[in-house]
Amino acid sequence: MSYVTKSPWVIHYDGSSCNGCDIEVLACLTPMYDVERFGIINTGNPKHADVFLVTGSVNEQNKAVVKQIYEQMPDPKVVVAVGICANNGGIFKECYNILGGVDTVIPVDVYVPGCAARPEAIIDGVVKGLGVLQEKRNAMASGTAAAIPEPEPAANTEKEEA
Amino acid sequence: MGKRTIIPFGPQHPVLPEPIHLDLVIEDETVVEAIPSIGFIHRGLEKLVEKKEYTEMVYVIERICGICSFGHGWGYCAAVEGAMDVKVPERAEYLRTIWHEMSRIHSHLLWLGLLADGFGFESLFMHCWRVRETVLDLLEKTTGGRVIFSVCKVGGVRKDIDNETMKEIVDTLNGLKKEIKELTDVFLADRSVKNRLCGVGVLSKEEAMELGTVGPMARASGLRQDMRLTGDHGVYDQLDFEPVTAEEGDSYARCKVRIGEVFQSIELIEKAAVKIPDGPISVEVKGNVEGECVTRLEQPRGEAYYYAKGAGTKFLERMRVRTPTNQNIPALVKTLQGCDLADVPMLVLTIDPCISCTER
Repeated sequence: MSYVTKSPWVIHYDGSSCNGCDIEVLACLTPMYDVERFGIINTGNPKHADVFLVTGSVNEQNKAVVKQIYEQMPDPKVVVAVGICANNGGIFKECYNILGGVDTVIPVDVYVPGCAARPEAIIDGVVKGLGVLQEKRNAMASGTAAAIPEPEPAANTEKEEA
Repeated sequence: MGKRTIIPFGPQHPVLPEPIHLDLVIEDETVVEAIPSIGFIHRGLEKLVEKKEYTEMVYVIERICGICSFGHGWGYCAAVEGAMDVKVPERAEYLRTIWHEMSRIHSHLLWLGLLADGFGFESLFMHCWRVRETVLDLLEKTTGGRVIFSVCKVGGVRKDIDNETMKEIVDTLNGLKKEIKELTDVFLADRSVKNRLCGVGVLSKEEAMELGTVGPMARASGLRQDMRLTGDHGVYDQLDFEPVTAEEGDSYARCKVRIGEVFQSIELIEKAAVKIPDGPISVEVKGNVEGECVTRLEQPRGEAYYYAKGAGTKFLERMRVRTPTNQNIPALVKTLQGCDLADVPMLVLTIDPCISCTER
């Protein structure tokens, strides 16, 4: 956790999810889970953000919006796909208007499974994303091209462990 | 007449957890017209009935929306049960009512929080969501999920609530009343909050009727309209249900109605916990759907409408859902006309928009 020395700001966008993961993202910010104590703030401005939380599997109409938010974010940046439908389409995979996962549109660094993803899993995903962010920052500082690390799935804190 | 400018609002906007886009035509600081455009969350769920069996479809329908997921599952099951002439055991109807009312409490607390965030009262937002977590814990304890429950199935429910847990639910909710009262007093009595809410976005009774508004939005304009009165679903006819209404039709009235409903839901759960009969929680459902059925249900946001039609195969032929936010968008466009630009985010919130529901 030594890399959490800065205050990473997150931006959240609902790319055609059912809303379940979105209210869980908001729940992370509120007193029960309270990620603000780690300096993590939800911002509405892409240019202020380091971490991009995307929920939902992206459809034709919001493809451009997701791309445009990603492009506006300054480097280094990390994309966290929240919920199983952001990972690969999930239950909506067979719908006609679904592209099937955020990684069909923008590169994703961390995948958070779950339907809906639990706040613990989302926080875990963001913390993993901060590690990736630090690697990217180091790569930028040393002048080498930003390394693209292998995406690692966040631990699923749902029933499996119980 | 000043110069007209068009300001785009959304789809990515800090006050909106979900994307909706409005083109606001403004003259100086006043909104003259609002043109909504939707489609950012359209997935095409209704078409999935052709690929999922009617019993599996419950999981898809629940994921229309993560906030009112239980109600959607219930509405769909009721439509299929109606088409198949299945009689659900009474205990199951009671359990469904209890879970549905708990969903309403969590949904309204969520909305109160978002509204507070909308008018810039950050700590009130945080407190509303803190209280809401207690309700979510109860839901998780009884159903296993925080937002998506999957306890409703065609023919009844999957899980039972034992007497001990039922008592815990009633005690916890009763204990919450004091905390909720403290918060809602701020919404209803604080001068700065009233300044933002009173007289803003007024919708008269006639307009509400004409524009076909539903749910708390209609009840805040003085319409006594609530699907729980029809006796179509649940056991509301045995719980002396009477809807909460207000006359003013402004944002303050909408806030008042939803706050009244939070307390009312707690009372309904209390009454249901006393009256709940013993017995089975589901019946076996055999065969395929043949015929059609329409059901209506009162969601936290208003009347939702479900239609199911089967032709004797394991897949439904057609499935249709009409959700409350869809009905309330014309009223939103109406209330936005003539409002200040700074009030737009708050007015969008007062219809309690659920875009995932609207677009499916």
